[in-house]
Amino acid sequence: MRWGVVTFPGSNDDRDMLRVAERVLGDDGVVLWHKDTDLQGVDCVVLPGGFSYGDYLRCGAIARFSPVMGAVARHAAAGGCVLGICNGFQILCEAGLLPGALVGNRGRKFVCEVVTVRVETSETPFTYGCRRGELLDIPIKHGEGCYVADEATIAALEANGQVVFRYADRAGRSVPEVNPNGSLANIAGVCNPGRNVVGLMPHPEHAVDRLVGSEDGLKLFRSVQAWLGMRQAGGRREPTVVPGP
Amino acid sequence: MGGPTSVQATGLLARVTVTPKRGILDPQGKAVQQSLHALGFPEVGEVRVGKYVELRLRDVDRAAATSRVQAMCEQLLANGVIEDFRLEIVEGAG
Repeated sequence: MRWGVVTFPGSNDDRDMLRVAERVLGDDGVVLWHKDTDLQGVDCVVLPGGFSYGDYLRCGAIARFSPVMGAVARHAAAGGCVLGICNGFQILCEAGLLPGALVGNRGRKFVCEVVTVRVETSETPFTYGCRRGELLDIPIKHGEGCYVADEATIAALEANGQVVFRYADRAGRSVPEVNPNGSLANIAGVCNPGRNVVGLMPHPEHAVDRLVGSEDGLKLFRSVQAWLGMRQAGGRREPTVVPGP
Repeated sequence: MGGPTSVQATGLLARVTVTPKRGILDPQGKAVQQSLHALGFPEVGEVRVGKYVELRLRDVDRAAATSRVQAMCEQLLANGVIEDFRLEIVEGAG
């Protein structure tokens, strides 16, 4: 498959993501510049981590007006896969492609550590190959990762199963003690109502090799490969009935 | 200067204040509050830290300026999910 990775001025995880696409997954990696308006037929667009436009004004606030974002919005509206990682998640929220917003960590400190997240739904292209309740070890590294939204939005996300990942302990409990940034309801990642756009603060592209601690991030990328294969085979997505912990 | 319509000779200045919405966590405000308490200002209650943006405007009259700056705030300067804004248009951008 073809992965498109957008480079904004200030992106710094774009190369890691391209390396995953090409050297770890053996797929095609397409370099997309923020001024591009043609996504070159990629199957999945990834908005990588970093500090686009120096985080000026608000994280992601300027990047959302980059020319490429019009093409990303059209790709998303047509059902194409879009993944926003960290700053990419912030950009998707600023662009209104995902609900809510990310604000400064409650503890006021930049956090950089491996965290455990619980997969809340397998009904997205990025978690298609995961079990609901599965625990993944993936690093985080951010200063503005506290997910917030108004009460009605949070209630709708919960009701529609749009919370995709939640910070959890090793027993799979999403308790306040393991919430690294103060996110409401321990939310680490969400999807849009169409379920094809996913954003998360953890960095799956940094967890693709046991040599550096974890390869759990690979599950997200392999999920997309499997999901596309299922779609191309004319398969239908059935509701997941695997019970949570 | 001198635009086609009723241009203010001195120009206009828009003052935009952006603040975290009530109920949204404001760790900066909390830190400032704690520091003020530590400095001996126990009377300080809630502190909310926001942003102040000044915009010098050209070739636009006051009525248009208000609606234009309102649009700027909604589209870019503030994020309605987490922030409120106030704006004020004054004479004399210089």
